[in-house]
Amino acid sequence: MSAQHTKPAKPGEVGTTGHEWDGIEELNNPLPRWWLWIFYATIAWAAVYTVLYPAWPLVERATPGILGHSTRAAVATEIERVAAANAPMRDRLVATDLTAVSEDAELLRFATNAGAAVFRTWCVSCHGAGAAGVQAAGYPNLLDDDWLWGGDIENIHLTITHGIRNTQDPDARYSQMPAFGEILAPEEIDQVVAHVRAISGQDHDPAMAEAGATVFAENCASCHGEAGEGNRDIGAPRLNDAIWLYGGSEAAIRTSVVNARFGVMPGWSGRLTEADIRAVALYVHGLGGGE
Amino acid sequence: MWDYIKLVALGVIAVFAAIAANYARDTAYLVNALTIMLVAGGLFLWQVRRTDEPRRRPNEAEYFDSVVRAGLIATAFWGVVGFLVGTWIAFQLAFPALNFEWAQPYMNFGRLRPLHTSAVIFAFGGNALIMSSFYIVQRTTAARLWGGNLAWFVFWGYQLVIVLAATGYLLGATQSKEYAEPEWYVDWWLTIVWVAFLAVFVGTLLKRKEPHIYVANWFLLAFIITVAMLHLVNNLSLPVSIWGSKSVQVFSGVQDAMVQWWYGHNAVGFFLTAGFLGMMYYFIPKQAERPVYSYKLSIIHFWALIFLYIWAGPHHLHYTALPDWASTLGMVFSIMLWMPSWGGMINGLMTLSGAWDKLRTDPVIRMMVISVGFYGMSTFEGPMMSIKAVNSLSHYTDWTIGHVHSGALGWNGMITFGALYFLAPRLWNRQGLYSLALVSWHFWLATIGIVLYASAMWVTGIMEGLMWREVDANGFLVNAFADTVAAKFPMYVVRGIGGLLYLTGALIMCYNLWMTVTSVARKQTAPAAVPAE
Repeated sequence: MSAQHTKPAKPGEVGTTGHEWDGIEELNNPLPRWWLWIFYATIAWAAVYTVLYPAWPLVERATPGILGHSTRAAVATEIERVAAANAPMRDRLVATDLTAVSEDAELLRFATNAGAAVFRTWCVSCHGAGAAGVQAAGYPNLLDDDWLWGGDIENIHLTITHGIRNTQDPDARYSQMPAFGEILAPEEIDQVVAHVRAISGQDHDPAMAEAGATVFAENCASCHGEAGEGNRDIGAPRLNDAIWLYGGSEAAIRTSVVNARFGVMPGWSGRLTEADIRAVALYVHGLGGGE
Repeated sequence: MWDYIKLVALGVIAVFAAIAANYARDTAYLVNALTIMLVAGGLFLWQVRRTDEPRRRPNEAEYFDSVVRAGLIATAFWGVVGFLVGTWIAFQLAFPALNFEWAQPYMNFGRLRPLHTSAVIFAFGGNALIMSSFYIVQRTTAARLWGGNLAWFVFWGYQLVIVLAATGYLLGATQSKEYAEPEWYVDWWLTIVWVAFLAVFVGTLLKRKEPHIYVANWFLLAFIITVAMLHLVNNLSLPVSIWGSKSVQVFSGVQDAMVQWWYGHNAVGFFLTAGFLGMMYYFIPKQAERPVYSYKLSIIHFWALIFLYIWAGPHHLHYTALPDWASTLGMVFSIMLWMPSWGGMINGLMTLSGAWDKLRTDPVIRMMVISVGFYGMSTFEGPMMSIKAVNSLSHYTDWTIGHVHSGALGWNGMITFGALYFLAPRLWNRQGLYSLALVSWHFWLATIGIVLYASAMWVTGIMEGLMWREVDANGFLVNAFADTVAAKFPMYVVRGIGGLLYLTGALIMCYNLWMTVTSVARKQTAPAAVPAE
């Protein structure tokens, strides 16, 4: 099937190699020049590059390259440069009283931008990119006027620093609601749910709510207040408004009463610098709900 | 005697699998063990009925084409499965609610994604490669496949790998290594099947009736050998228990990452590039009825490709814990790989010189040509993305996804479709394809689908790369990650639509191939010197 010699080319034509497989032949065209020269050029470029940059592994270590480049060193330098540039402002932020930052426009702008960056990195996974929280999971909305532990700048700063129900920090905010499923009778739970629906201005059964008022006064008012106004000292949510941490439907309220809730937030004092914590506290304070 | 050895082996495997199912520590292992038990038990019964029956000896003068026919069906079937899952998860990314609560955790994105990648690369691509290897090596050596029914063992053994891997993924068994997710026992089984594949291929080459080995076979042999090596090294792991699917990798930390991407990149290089170049080198000259453009180019680009590809893996790990020197080598070898890769494109396209008019009349050759075009585009884009400065923008973004898909949908998919259209009438001895118009429909749907997919991913990739790195004058981050996700939404929908078009094209192909086999008249020409079975 295949000849041993190259077929003689007709004048002006390239011959084949003389081989044939299942009818397929191969022409004897030379390597395209442009192809070959680009190939050579990439090899030459590679050779030069490996002389300039760390490249060839030897026994002890790799060749460092005559430019002395190191990716890690380059990143460290860049981080240092930015840190040094921001150092005066960061120092000013730490030194300034939190309540006084709003009087210093330049510092406030710096803190808000820095705090936004911290928020986007560390906080959005629970509180959401827009800081609106996730009600289904009990992650608080930070845009509204309702604050569990206080919405002034000092309180926000304290919460971020130590966390909520964070057992690794003795200064963390801490409180625990009992699970009333084990304490109240089923009909009492129905009644108190109706009462909470009543004081929050939602549809309810008036007779049940009436009866629930007593249950509420005996079991809930000590923390949530007689009118359900809440108590920020112990993180007891306000119940007589339309803002809900876990939802205001009958089912959600019932779950809260029966099982209680136990939302946890980590403390950030070990992970973020004081300047970063102050910045993010100011950012959150400035979102609209700050007091 | 041989029958009795097989009976004993099948019986032992079935009994062991039953014991394994009994002691199984996890669901994936349980289901896989039951699958193996049923397969081995079924084969045992089948074997018992055949034992000591007289058997027709295969005619050595005939090609072994029944296994290629089965391979063609498997390729089309797994292709549709893979494209369907891919389209589904594309819409899951656009609309997360499609991760249905009632189907958790089996149908969530995290489990379907490896199902998609393995289905298209290994089930669709792998069957295409095994099938065309078997077809091409017989035609270009003028010899029947070596090893008797070993080729059937390869085919069915490989289907078993796919089924075990796919059910394992859905039930939660994974090594967590991209493109090497199957757990240890599936890896062991694949090793056995792959060695059998190598034996059939090399055995056939050794008994060839042609004095020389055709270039397609170099590429196919390189593909088979290198994939075996990659598979063995990247899957070095110790099972936690022989009764469970979990295993622990031998390498750890950055070394594990390096081995993984040495594997991962060369899976692209030797599975999706070298193997498919083998297909290209046979089907394009055959369909175009033209000689290959340059023998010299095929030699040079083959050896350059084989030598350079194996170094390029570290470019997947730029700016990580990988040392700078490894990063540099990964980058410069990727750049040097550009022209060797393009050698295949030149040989494919220039083979058409003198036959360009066929692009107008033959949609099958059009499919093959656009596949080579996408190959050229991807093999330029790849080296470019391996440059550290480019990679610092493109890495971890959808640009990578777009790059992979222009290669996979454009190059691997289109050349495989071309091969299927080429093979179906020949394997079933039909006068031609049922409908060339439907091939044209497939061509345009697939091409538009790829363009939508790739351009959507370029836009989102570059956009999110820029958004991630955007900082203000003080060096503070401007965008949250969720902002980039929200910004990508429209392009995710476009991507899903692209996938839908591609899937539709594949379904049209299946219909066309089915009608070709069932309703086109048999070829009436005199039988060839070496007629098909």
